[in-house]
Amino acid sequence: MVKGRVAVLTGNDAIAEGAIVAGMRFFAGYPITPASEISHYCAEKLPKYGGKFIQMEDEIGSMAAIIGASMAGGKSMTSTSGPGFSLMQENLGFAIMAEVPCVVVDVMRFGPSQGVATVPAQADVMQARWGTHGDHPSITLALSTVKEAFELTVRAFNLAEKYRTPVILLSDATLSQMSEKVEIPDPDTLEIIDRKRATIDPAQFQPYEDDGSGICPFASYGNGYIWYTTGIVHDETGFPATSDPDKLTIQIDRLYDKINDNLEDIVQVEEYLIEDAEIVVVAYGSVARAAFAAADAARSDGIKVGVIKPITIWPFPEDAIKRVRERAKTVLVCEMNHGQLYWTVKEIVEGKAEMAFLGQYNGKLIKPDKILAVIKEVTAGVS
Amino acid sequence: MSVNNGFIEKYLRTDKLPHIWCPGCGNGIVINSLIRAIDNVELEQEKTVVISGIGCSGRASGYLKFCAFQPVHGRVLAYATGIKLYNPELNVICIMGDGDCASIGGNHLIHAARRNIGVTAVVLNNNNYGMTGGQYSPTTPKKSMTRTSPFGHIEPPFDICDLALTSGATYVARSHTYKPRILTKYFQKALTHKGFALVEAMCDCPTLYGRLNKKGSGKEMLIKQKDRAVQLEKAKKMTPEELEDKFTVGEFANKVKPEYTEQYERIIEQVRTEDS
Repeated sequence: MVKGRVAVLTGNDAIAEGAIVAGMRFFAGYPITPASEISHYCAEKLPKYGGKFIQMEDEIGSMAAIIGASMAGGKSMTSTSGPGFSLMQENLGFAIMAEVPCVVVDVMRFGPSQGVATVPAQADVMQARWGTHGDHPSITLALSTVKEAFELTVRAFNLAEKYRTPVILLSDATLSQMSEKVEIPDPDTLEIIDRKRATIDPAQFQPYEDDGSGICPFASYGNGYIWYTTGIVHDETGFPATSDPDKLTIQIDRLYDKINDNLEDIVQVEEYLIEDAEIVVVAYGSVARAAFAAADAARSDGIKVGVIKPITIWPFPEDAIKRVRERAKTVLVCEMNHGQLYWTVKEIVEGKAEMAFLGQYNGKLIKPDKILAVIKEVTAGVS
Repeated sequence: MSVNNGFIEKYLRTDKLPHIWCPGCGNGIVINSLIRAIDNVELEQEKTVVISGIGCSGRASGYLKFCAFQPVHGRVLAYATGIKLYNPELNVICIMGDGDCASIGGNHLIHAARRNIGVTAVVLNNNNYGMTGGQYSPTTPKKSMTRTSPFGHIEPPFDICDLALTSGATYVARSHTYKPRILTKYFQKALTHKGFALVEAMCDCPTLYGRLNKKGSGKEMLIKQKDRAVQLEKAKKMTPEELEDKFTVGEFANKVKPEYTEQYERIIEQVRTEDS
């Protein structure tokens, strides 16, 4: 563990380091570009902390193994890229249903199928929301700098532990290999959250009995509690409740409510120069970096541009968009895909501002100049 | 321990009974043999995790009073790998059907066996997918009739014990529901074995496989198991023709090899010693 000092790390290494600082002691993964270095880092470092690393036979197994380790009480993580993320989806659904904390890193590559392994995209954002079947919530954070790769990985574990749910981290092929300066804080100064553990008499324990907070205390295997759970819709006992329509609704509501009732705590957004902005750029992940630069350049040309950078992309920071939709003339969504979060933003804007879109899907990062050019086109159209 | 002094209440969730298995199904016999073995080797229930897959046998974990869960189809051994590696003190028992273990979960089976990770795999092989209505599984014999082989099955079956053995499992045994005491004996050995242990229990599905292939009632099928079972040594001297419609029984492996989590613990010790 790098303690309280400045380090130069790649995005992948910063994620692994952040995870270890957050208390991750079990990692399972399968080799895949551009995420493999996270595995390398964990394989080398985890044993020093008594943690465990395993390379599983595939990404299905990796996801299963981290859920198993978490049920045994450990903070666990896996990392992958699009193809592997697709394979993880069914087990991810189990973690959501059984309410097992864990962190899944998807280092986004380009395109569907194998796509292009070595170039970035942001085309998995809807998969992060809806990749596993059935109604379910999602907590997904998008990383735009190496500093964030460290900090938001710590935060991902905190959210996973606090809300007993998997948390998805979206990085991309560029950030994964890019080195930047990171100030690694002394772990003792960081807020590290551990899941609420069951303390009740084991004879009285019900695995999904709400203690009033919406989040049920967790009983790790081996700690005296005997309990059952299943990916089948279950009630507070953990046993299937498939013949009672009310219980089906209650289960799905409970999964949503524990997230939706805590949006203030979960949702994180960065706003830049939006107070007087006539054009609000919405950009996340690596693209946000270019958006900030484009906003500065536009301002020096006298165009009032601001940026909203969703850090938590799921749940999406709706309020941040709602606050600007009447004041801004145009909301410009920039992302490295064919149009994904654009539709989410458009829905929230509700026609109260013009919508513009810059979607680039050529394996290249969106450059500030390109965003600036669109800003100027929009301005010309507006005036 | 007899059934009269708390055995049932100790190990079974009696409020979840009667079980859903059909009359004549072998699953109940296998689970009975398994919990007797667990009792005989005195596994602590609080330290024992039972994971079962999807399908008829998948219901087993819900009847058993252990730390138990039923995850998605076919991944039991991968979940078990995470649990055992994170906390090697836990006993991990995986209950799988033939489809769960050798079809959708086949990849996890060969790799768990190859690693020789210390979990116990219990396979209930009834030669078809029962829960979903009698489709062919990877252990369905050739020429059999199933709902998805209505003209007779053309695929050869897997021998699950051979598969486990070849992949590196260090304890492998097979018996059948006509011999519940032998099953218990093999389960005991598997549960106390250091390394990957697999016990395959041949058990009947009279409702689907049996009916579709005119094998008679559950009772008739059970009695026939005795004639179909051939001891390992005897089978070696028989021709493939003579072994048709038979299965071999016995202990296929009982070897000492380094167990996976123990090897990992040694790496931790080594790394920490070098660091200090």
